[in-house]
Amino acid sequence: MSKEAPIDRATVLHVAKLARLTVSDAEADALTRDMQSILAYVQKLDELDVKDVPATSHAVHLDTLLRPDDVRPSMPLEKVMSNSPERIGDGFGVPKIIE
Amino acid sequence: MSNEIEFEPVIGLEVHAQLATNTKLFCGCSTAFGAPPNTNVCEVCTGMPGVLPVLNAKAVELAVRAGHGLKCTVHERSQWSRKNYFYPDLPKGYQISQYDKPICTGGKLDIEVDGQTMTVGITRIHMEEDAGKNVHDDMVAGARSYVDFNRSSVPLIEIVSEPDIRSSAQAAAYMKAMRQLLRYLGVCDGNMEEGSLRCDANVSIRPKGESKFGTRAEIKNINSFRFVQQAIDYEIERQADLIRSGGKVVQETRLWDSQAKTTRSMRSKEEAHDYRYFPEPDLPDLVLEPGFKDRIAKELPELPSDKLDRYINTLGLSAYDARILTEDAEVAAFFDSALAAHDNTKSIANWVINDVLRELKGNGIDSLKFKGAAIGELVKLVDTNVISGKIAKDVFAELMVNGGSPKAIVDAKGWVQVTDTGAIEPIVDKILAANAESVEKYKAGKTNVIGFLVGLVMKESKGKANPAMVNELLKKKLGG
Amino acid sequence: MDLANLTVHELAKQLDEGKVTSRQATDACLQRLEKTAGLGAYLHVDAEGAKKQAAAADERRAKKALKGPLDGVPIALKDIFLTEGLPTTCASRILEGFIAPYDGTAVRKLKDAGTVLLGKLNMDEFAMGSSNEHSAYQPAKNPWDATRVPGGSSGGSAVAVAAGSCFMTLGTDTGGSIRQPAALTGIVGLKPTYGRVSRYGVIAFASSLDQVGPMTKDVTDCATMLQTIAGHDPRDSTSSTEKVPSYTEGLEKGVQGLKVGVPKQYFIDGMDPEVRASVDAALESYKKLGATLVDVDLPHTDYGIAVYYLVATAEASSNLARYDGVRYGKRVDPGKGLLDMYLETRGKGFGPEVKRRIMLGTYALSAGYYDAYYVKAQKVRTLVAQDFKKAFEKCDVIVTPTSPTPAFKIGENTGDPIKMYLADVFTVAVNLAGLPGLSLPCGFSKGGLPIGMQVLGRPFDEATILRTARAFEREHDFSTRRAIS
Repeated sequence: MSKEAPIDRATVLHVAKLARLTVSDAEADALTRDMQSILAYVQKLDELDVKDVPATSHAVHLDTLLRPDDVRPSMPLEKVMSNSPERIGDGFGVPKIIE
Repeated sequence: MSNEIEFEPVIGLEVHAQLATNTKLFCGCSTAFGAPPNTNVCEVCTGMPGVLPVLNAKAVELAVRAGHGLKCTVHERSQWSRKNYFYPDLPKGYQISQYDKPICTGGKLDIEVDGQTMTVGITRIHMEEDAGKNVHDDMVAGARSYVDFNRSSVPLIEIVSEPDIRSSAQAAAYMKAMRQLLRYLGVCDGNMEEGSLRCDANVSIRPKGESKFGTRAEIKNINSFRFVQQAIDYEIERQADLIRSGGKVVQETRLWDSQAKTTRSMRSKEEAHDYRYFPEPDLPDLVLEPGFKDRIAKELPELPSDKLDRYINTLGLSAYDARILTEDAEVAAFFDSALAAHDNTKSIANWVINDVLRELKGNGIDSLKFKGAAIGELVKLVDTNVISGKIAKDVFAELMVNGGSPKAIVDAKGWVQVTDTGAIEPIVDKILAANAESVEKYKAGKTNVIGFLVGLVMKESKGKANPAMVNELLKKKLGG
Repeated sequence: MDLANLTVHELAKQLDEGKVTSRQATDACLQRLEKTAGLGAYLHVDAEGAKKQAAAADERRAKKALKGPLDGVPIALKDIFLTEGLPTTCASRILEGFIAPYDGTAVRKLKDAGTVLLGKLNMDEFAMGSSNEHSAYQPAKNPWDATRVPGGSSGGSAVAVAAGSCFMTLGTDTGGSIRQPAALTGIVGLKPTYGRVSRYGVIAFASSLDQVGPMTKDVTDCATMLQTIAGHDPRDSTSSTEKVPSYTEGLEKGVQGLKVGVPKQYFIDGMDPEVRASVDAALESYKKLGATLVDVDLPHTDYGIAVYYLVATAEASSNLARYDGVRYGKRVDPGKGLLDMYLETRGKGFGPEVKRRIMLGTYALSAGYYDAYYVKAQKVRTLVAQDFKKAFEKCDVIVTPTSPTPAFKIGENTGDPIKMYLADVFTVAVNLAGLPGLSLPCGFSKGGLPIGMQVLGRPFDEATILRTARAFEREHDFSTRRAIS
């Protein structure tokens, strides 16, 4: 784990954009402070040598689950659209996307 | 840098092929093309809160099949990862894909360019779900866009080639060979207009003789053989111009605009991407059950290159004919089933190439009202003297219109060849009596008039008399 | 005694004997709900729907067409469960107005069992919190002392059961979100083995850690409820195909000969002396009941919180990417294009704690930091899981305190995220290792606050945990005490 962390404010703003979150100036300050203290705390993991330890993504053994290729009825359109903030035709409206 | 400098392009292709399944990769919604917007969707493929993916078994089978067909190592254990980015057509905010542990690695595909065979290395094949579609239809949406999720979570494989390709022609040949192979394998229908097969091209150039790669641009949105060639040609030229005029190629994603016939930088991808891949916690590793990949290998259909080889070297067809017959998986299957019905390679090949393919006029061979076995049966009727070659053409015409079995057509139409001497003899006598002049000529040694006489007898019998018997009888009567 | 204070099995008995109807039980809950409205347990009440379902249950009872032991029992659900036709907000502004278009699997099973759904319960926004102070709508308050937190994230669920405004409920537990609030409100809460209960239709926080479990007034109710919801789900690839045993059959068998592991790392200096004393007394009690106490070592306990906050936030940052204002939920669109719509929708829709965690998780997964943070955390996770594996070679269950302190004051820990995160110090390791763990009341502080202890077990051995918990419960009156009379 890099020792130059804790994180700075510029990185916080970059991460916020990556995560698509607006943050006010005050929030950015608070987040920088909080993330600095959290990242400093998690650096305690550096005490352990885990070079040869495998990573665990699920702690319990799970078998591969496969589903037969049989069509199931889809959700009725009105239900699909029922929570839509902006309906355009039978689609979900969004600001114009320019490639 | 001098203007005279010659560049060599270095190209790698990423082919996205839609797997030929009935349902999506992670839910039971239909993959059928052309449904009205948002009708082939459910809570899973629209990324509603609380949903979870469940893997389609058929998609796994098809990916393994593709791996075998491309001579890859198929891995017993592969892993799902999330590729995180925001876009309206990506409902969960991440795409479920495979990243550092894909299902297949290290294969190859042989292609032919200008009569030369070359091998393109396959780096990897991984499975992933497709995104939905952002629609910019001014009629419906005005100054806005809308999203249709019918394609969301449709199963794809991405086949990544090594940067072995050195020209746009090779790239097009690679795409053609890939499409042919995937169709043979039944992995993908290869329908480029519907987006079942498309590719991105990584293009860079370097001075001839240089061994280091140049900076590459990734060209997206290529969905036809013609565009592969055009897009790559354009991009090579763009990069060369840039370098010649003292500029530098930047690593970026560019979009192929098939109308303007140019590539342009993609604004939406401008921001440096950080996909934050990590193992998908909603799916355990994909572990193939013991024996599965070997079973799929055993059941693999004959590959195009093997079939070509067999047609030439075992069946004795000309390379030209063999190529025509193997180009399309369905045509080859049609030919094989004709051959299975009756063993006369040469004659059946002629029928398929000269009659069947000619009549297709651009339609698929499965649009016919009959199957390959019918052509085998037809040739058999000729070979066993049940009908003449001439009648066979009539039977074929009837097949084209109404389908059915050649034997049944011949029976129904009463076209069975007459092989009874007692029935043919009176006709022969009649013709000889009416053509004394020809008889004289024959007797004077001009024996080739017999062909003319045979023709007359055949005509009189409405084509039903057996020509060999007619010939025999004539000779006998003429004292030959 | 007020109907609302009955356990499920007590209510079921009265229903069977015809002494009460489901409709009466439902009304009792609704009345209790009204009386305790200040505790903020509910985010949405469907009184009319519940009354109809109760009437239908009474009709089934009259026709002797019961759907099972839970038919007619009024329940409520944490607002993280998708409930078709009802609001489902996860206590977040970003899902304000969202009506669930489908039922989750556990919800479906409870409906099929004939339960009556009263409404949706308060929680920390997106289950991120240990105090229920991070609900975007209202805090929930501890029924034993309304100036104190009920714990979290299933705070509303704990309050509703402890205050009698529903008979039982489901919580979700990612790092202690069932067990810690159960401990702080004096009820029973079980986090089953990862994969034991389907997660389908449960809004995901951290997919590899989240698990659904019962929150009930006593151990017997807990066993019955687990029986109803456990099992493989073809819609959840991470649900286990392991056979579901009977959880009720051996419940009264006691602990004679059972080996109870006691990990020294969970009895630390500086922990609340009353908590320590209560758990020590409970261990003595197990000895008297015929169990053997065994010292076990869980050397990586101290790293649990660090691992947890990296793994959970990383997964959460991805799981919460779907709340983008495109298909559902609250959209904030300043009209300056797509990027601003995303930034504003998410920036305004998520509360500060959720943002903090999305930020941390995004950072932990981002280029250049992934190996140092996420991968490293997953490796230490392996060590944590191995500790338990070794420990369970020496014992059948492990007993620890659930929370280092009884319920703390509202506002006491909000200033310092690390201090708040340490409230989970005894609960997170179980999630990292995928193990089952149950919290049950084991005492009360002098100030009258409940104290909970945890019983942990081997993977899929919920039956032994329940039996161990029940053996203690029937020797003491802690589970029979009610916050509201």
